[in-house]
Amino acid sequence: MTVSAPDTSSPGTEARKRAAGLLARASREELTGAWDALATKPDYTPVRGPETGLVMVRGRIGGGGGPFNLGEATVTRATVLLASGIAGHAHALGTDKPKVRLAAVFDALWQDGETRSFVESAILAPVEARIAEEDRQQAEETAATRVDFFTMVRGDD
Amino acid sequence: MYVAVKGGEAAINAAHRLLADRRRGERSLPSVTIEQIVEQLALAVDRVMAEASLYDRALAALAVRQSRGDMIEAIFLLRAYRTTLPRFGSSEPIDTAKMHIARRISATYKDLPGGQVLGPTFDYTHRLLDPSLLTDEDVDLPSRKEPLPGASTRVSDILATEGLIEGDGELPDDQPPGDLTREPMEFPMGRDLRLQALARGDEGFLLALGYSTQRGFGRNHPFVGEIRIGEVEVELDVPELGFAVSLGRVQVTECQMVNQFKGSAKAPPQFTRGYGLVFGQSERKAMSMALVDRALRAEELGEDITAPAQDEEFVISHADNVQATGFVEHLKLPHYVDFQAELALVRKMRADIEAAQKVKAGPLRDAAE
Repeated sequence: MTVSAPDTSSPGTEARKRAAGLLARASREELTGAWDALATKPDYTPVRGPETGLVMVRGRIGGGGGPFNLGEATVTRATVLLASGIAGHAHALGTDKPKVRLAAVFDALWQDGETRSFVESAILAPVEARIAEEDRQQAEETAATRVDFFTMVRGDD
Repeated sequence: MYVAVKGGEAAINAAHRLLADRRRGERSLPSVTIEQIVEQLALAVDRVMAEASLYDRALAALAVRQSRGDMIEAIFLLRAYRTTLPRFGSSEPIDTAKMHIARRISATYKDLPGGQVLGPTFDYTHRLLDPSLLTDEDVDLPSRKEPLPGASTRVSDILATEGLIEGDGELPDDQPPGDLTREPMEFPMGRDLRLQALARGDEGFLLALGYSTQRGFGRNHPFVGEIRIGEVEVELDVPELGFAVSLGRVQVTECQMVNQFKGSAKAPPQFTRGYGLVFGQSERKAMSMALVDRALRAEELGEDITAPAQDEEFVISHADNVQATGFVEHLKLPHYVDFQAELALVRKMRADIEAAQKVKAGPLRDAAE
């Protein structure tokens, strides 16, 4: 397996986790849109996949106790190698292979200092904003169903 | 005498062609799409995902369509599909305390952090058929309100501050959870394996068993401490990266059942707990699972085992509807040879008895005459 050499100038683990998480949540349309907007399309070779498999999702007994196996979920993963030598990885729930291959390409482009800002502005920021808006809408719709208890006025007052 | 034969191929082909026709139904009506099933028959899709033990809404909807709405057939299809895929690994345990909440209620505390939010529930509807759904009338958009700041504290954490409730079920850190899709089941089993079996168990079976505990067969005085439904992050440790990344979110339903417990030789009086966790939105299943989980802890808590819901081998061995339907439905397959053998056996036994009766009756009749 080809793995990119550790790059000391690369951003920290948290930044990489954020990018990977947002690429997993990006739709195929969002990724192809960004790909179309890319001025110079990079050459890349597929190293692994895209392939679909299973991940066993674990829960915790009582919500916070020992782990147990809740059930599996479909996951698609891909690894690509850019001509520059940078490897990109992507994993996402579901079975959308074209989406995950593109996500792996953008993971590699994100690691490259020259293209990181493009990935940030063309994908990560818009996807983050979309998710925040979806979450806000869901939270507000849910909040509207919150019960406001009030005490009944007693008849003998 | 029955002689083994071959045949039926043409009949089977014609039957499957007929099935495809009946599945499609009247051709002048539009075909139902996978997206429509996911959006409009969402709880059927969730049930298929939960009991197939495979989270994938699109594939579950395909299974519902292919099975003509036969839920157990759809679950069977999805279970069969999962056997064709490699397993990449196991996720980090999901954190239901960080859930993006779509519904959260407690029957034990009126006022609690995060409040009681009903979400899209059938509760408090009048169960009157709605004629407006006969046509395609416009539906109002949901109302919206500013959410409360702060997290929705887990009810078990609120009770824990008084020390009157047992903790979450702990397992030794170095012990990986058992997996009944990989190793054959053995009894007695750990609570981790039981919860896996219950999470994929048949909703109707668990509902009936949970109900039986309420009616006195293994009574355990339950309260719904909390039910929460919403999305949680699924994270996978990726060796190439050296850390866990998010794969996306799944929706789950969690039920914390709180049970009165008068104490035993093994434990002081306190509240004990049953736990339910199910893929998708499935409150009835999560509640039933929590009741049965608690009932199955009888041995651990030093309670008498007197009822079916407390019998681990009985419950776990019969909770899986794919296994159950396989064994029940196999009875309709040709058993011509078995039956011929039994027929010959019964004929012989009957003949032997009749012969013996004749022998016995013969001399007696002579004597009487």
